Amino acid sequence: MTVLSVEIEKQFGGLNIAARFQAAGGVTALFGPSGAGKTSLVNMIAGLLRPDRGFITLGDTILFDATKTINVAPHRRQIGYVFQEGRLFPHLSVRQNLDYGRRMSGRPRDPTDFERIASLLGIAHLLQRRPRMLSGGERQRVAIGRALLMQPRLLLLDEPLASLDAGHKGEILPYLVRLRDEAAIPMVYVSHIAAEVRQIATTVVRLDEGRVVAAGGLELLADAG
Amino acid sequence: MLELSPAEWTAVALSLRIALVATAWALPFGIAIGWLLARGRFWGKTVLDGLVHLPLVLPPVVTGYLLLIWFGRKGAIGAFLYDHFGVVFAFRWTGAALASGVMGFPLLVRPIRLALEAIDRRLEDAAATLGANPALAFFTVTLPLALPGIVAGLLLCFARALGEFGATITFVSNIPGETQTISAAIYTFLQIPDGDAAAGRLVVVAIALSLAALIIAEWLGRHASARFHGE
Repeated sequence: MTVLSVEIEKQFGGLNIAARFQAAGGVTALFGPSGAGKTSLVNMIAGLLRPDRGFITLGDTILFDATKTINVAPHRRQIGYVFQEGRLFPHLSVRQNLDYGRRMSGRPRDPTDFERIASLLGIAHLLQRRPRMLSGGERQRVAIGRALLMQPRLLLLDEPLASLDAGHKGEILPYLVRLRDEAAIPMVYVSHIAAEVRQIATTVVRLDEGRVVAAGGLELLADAG
Repeated sequence: MLELSPAEWTAVALSLRIALVATAWALPFGIAIGWLLARGRFWGKTVLDGLVHLPLVLPPVVTGYLLLIWFGRKGAIGAFLYDHFGVVFAFRWTGAALASGVMGFPLLVRPIRLALEAIDRRLEDAAATLGANPALAFFTVTLPLALPGIVAGLLLCFARALGEFGATITFVSNIPGETQTISAAIYTFLQIPDGDAAAGRLVVVAIALSLAALIIAEWLGRHASARFHGE
């Protein structure tokens, strides 16, 4: 099983982040209020933000180690990232967006994998459209598909439902639950909403002001409304 | 109707060739400099910005004279290019293209720079997480998104190159068939007693070419933005 180990420190945006946690299989939720440093933390795992100290390892790969001055570039980390706002490429069709990771890594086409994920996420009928023509929920499903199709070793989801209204949130969560149960990819799921975390997470890491205040099972959410 | 003499046709064809070559050569430099100005953080950026814009504010004659000093056969850069690549600018159409390219350059860089500055850089982060190295991300995300700005810059540069007069005539003179562009030919015809008709015909051609360039650029720009904003 691929285990993600994080032990980092970072001064960023007036916040002193000093976090240490592990994520094994299943879905690990980074749970905490806005400004707890959750997004900074996943950006460091993805390689988009450089920690000041510490290390990040995924399985037996060292992604970052300050003492050994190792810092693997984001494009070599093979970590899927679903951003809060989707960040689909506006000049590409849905199909081209989904295909982007494969093209960049130079892998041959795999129509079976493509169709499986497109139908898992219910986006097979949207392939010819531009991102502009999608609803918020459709956009996030395409973003999830795009991250999955790059064959990631780890999937990061940063508040993937935050930009959606209540109806569309309900539209996405079942897909994520299916993904958790069907795909063997470990996921890190960032959220500040306890109800969401309860539905999807298998492990909870509670963050506050850049620190891990507790880590464990869903029982950690008992006081979280 | 508009019947051009062979000499006038030569001037028209030469102008088009000079403007096209100037714009094509300016484009990669324009993208590189536009990118540096939009994204770079380095010492001397203000100086670079000033240098790029200099041809816009200097008297064209001064630009032409500086080109003559540097890119003439005995000039520092001109001598080097001749010795190593056999390239000659002085009194050749290539020199006219160089002068036109330099004069059009600020007009090319500016829209490209603005377009690059307007791009959401988080899209490049997304490309990186999907396995695109910085060069691939640039060519598959940044550059296509900057396309409307690039098209706008190309048009302005081309139009400027097509109409260039002062720097060109100072640098490479006014040689029929070699450096005599439409503008220079109009000027020449106006200096001779019966030249009004010929000058008038070239004026019509100049207007037609400029309009055509505008229409093509408008169409390209609309085509490019339609790709982003709908089906």
